[in-house]
Amino acid sequence: MIEISNLHKSYKMGANSLHVLKGINFSVAEGELLSIMGSSGSGKSTLLNILGMLDEADEGSYVLDGVPIKNLSEKQAAKYRNKFLGFIFQSFNLIGYKSAIDNVALPLYYQGLSRGERMDKAMSYLEKVGLADWSGHLPNELSGGQKQRVAIARALASDPKVLLADEPTGALDTKTSYEVMDLIQEINDEGRTILVVTHEHDIAQMTKRIVNLKDGVIIEDTVVSQVRAMENV
Amino acid sequence: MFDLDRWDEIFETIRKNKLRTFLTGLSVASGIFILVILLGIGEGMRNGISREFEQDASNLIYVWPGVTSKEYKGLNPGRRIQLKNEDYNKILLLYGDKLDKTASTFQNWGRVLSYGKESGSYEVRGTFPAYQTLESISLSSGRFLDINDVDNSEKNMVIGQRIKLDLFKNEDPIGKIVQVSGVNFKVVGVYTDKGGEREETRAVIPLTTAQRAFGAGNNIDRMYLTLDPEENFDKAVAASTQFSAELEEFLKSRHIVAPDDNSAINVNNSLENAKRFYTLMDMIRLFFWGVGICTIIAGVVGVSNIMLIIVKERTREIGIRKALGAQPMSIIGMILHESIFVTAIAGFLGLIFSLTLLEFIGPMIETQYIYNPTVNFTVAINTVVILVLAGAIAGFFPAWRAARIKPIIALRDE
Repeated sequence: MIEISNLHKSYKMGANSLHVLKGINFSVAEGELLSIMGSSGSGKSTLLNILGMLDEADEGSYVLDGVPIKNLSEKQAAKYRNKFLGFIFQSFNLIGYKSAIDNVALPLYYQGLSRGERMDKAMSYLEKVGLADWSGHLPNELSGGQKQRVAIARALASDPKVLLADEPTGALDTKTSYEVMDLIQEINDEGRTILVVTHEHDIAQMTKRIVNLKDGVIIEDTVVSQVRAMENV
Repeated sequence: MFDLDRWDEIFETIRKNKLRTFLTGLSVASGIFILVILLGIGEGMRNGISREFEQDASNLIYVWPGVTSKEYKGLNPGRRIQLKNEDYNKILLLYGDKLDKTASTFQNWGRVLSYGKESGSYEVRGTFPAYQTLESISLSSGRFLDINDVDNSEKNMVIGQRIKLDLFKNEDPIGKIVQVSGVNFKVVGVYTDKGGEREETRAVIPLTTAQRAFGAGNNIDRMYLTLDPEENFDKAVAASTQFSAELEEFLKSRHIVAPDDNSAINVNNSLENAKRFYTLMDMIRLFFWGVGICTIIAGVVGVSNIMLIIVKERTREIGIRKALGAQPMSIIGMILHESIFVTAIAGFLGLIFSLTLLEFIGPMIETQYIYNPTVNFTVAINTVVILVLAGAIAGFFPAWRAARIKPIIALRDE
């Protein structure tokens, strides 16, 4: 599903250049639930942003579902993001003036679906995350866990190949975190590929594989026995 | 433009961001409103001033004699010049083909007019029928003097509205007899004068009658002449200036006055006044246009500023939309579509409101210098279009920049 090799990325900070990713090689198969771990500054968010086409690598190759991601125009990048990827952010990134269902329907708007179809689909994804009754509420009327579940429904709405989650539980308490992880595990059980960036060990243990990043290189890549989130709630 | 989903998005954005929309709209609407009102007041001032001075705006040439101030050909200064009927007739003979309307007058101040028990002291002025047009006199009842009155020295009289009120109160004065120094005059008309009440404390009788009744022989005091109309204002000015000079020269030589003596023969060429009047009109127009353009500039700056703030405020939202697959053009389109829609609606609301105000309040404004303020509809529409376009252009650049920001940076924007 994802093939990356020799990925480099550096940021210019005035006269200095900060080398963040120093040759990353790894691949993700379809249906994997993988966590990328590392302390802050290890380059894990940068890696996720490159995987999400929100940022571009300086060097190296990235192939997503057989499509090389290289020198994309803004237009193409937008199209691929819409088609291939679903984002889940630490700060939810819901649009504040749109109701839950309208937030979920937004990627479908950019897919060019009619309003009726958008609403039907969005509703079914809200049902999936257990928030059908909250469809008309604005994000600030929802709890943190509910917001993240709306964000997950939105990420799923465009039926992407890969879900990218950047610290999805970073803003949530433990109980809510586990509920969100449970939802992520359920979605993975249905066969969807999911990448989770986190620095919390208990969250990482709930995935099937942990990639450990330090100073821009992978120092460890292990398959773990998954802890089901429901057992810990 | 006709993408219903786009409209849906915009209406939702507007509905959910009422304050932002309201403030944007308010700035545009008030800009248009102020501009239209200003232009309207400018037009009203032009109308008011032109109405106030319209009687002076015609090409009237006005001649009155004075006292010589210079010694000339053995004649001492301090000699009073007396115009005669012969002067007037000679001028008609010499320049008749150029002249439009003419009249000469003989004036008598402090004559006592009496009717029944009422009496008062007024000016009695002898003149010709053309005097009515030359002095822009309008009759409120009866008729003005006609040529028969002059030819037959009829004892007919046209009185000012003030005299009518003083002597006749509510009575109808037409056909009544008024005594002036023991001579009976029949009132044939009552006039009003825009020049004010002072102009209405005057009784007008035929020149011939005045000269006879007051023992003036063939003396006259003033001459009023107008020239045939010219193609345009500049030509009229030239013709009038030239004629005034010739007339002055002719009268000075006829009455043996030094050519450089400016007090003996006065020729007032009121086309020059008219020129000043038209210049004043143009200045007023120019001033209000200046103010108007400044208002538009202020409006454009205001709208641009608001657009910048709106785009800045929506940076994060733009990042989210981009992460969800929005293409740059769709972002720019969304922002512009919304801004054009809001500014256009607000602009037309401001326009309609200000035009309505001018339409209904305008006719009620009856001060001396503002009259019937109106505004050219095309100008008003153009102003709205300019403001909407300016808003669009001002919105485009930040929108374009926002659409190009990497979503990762936009998302980081807190």
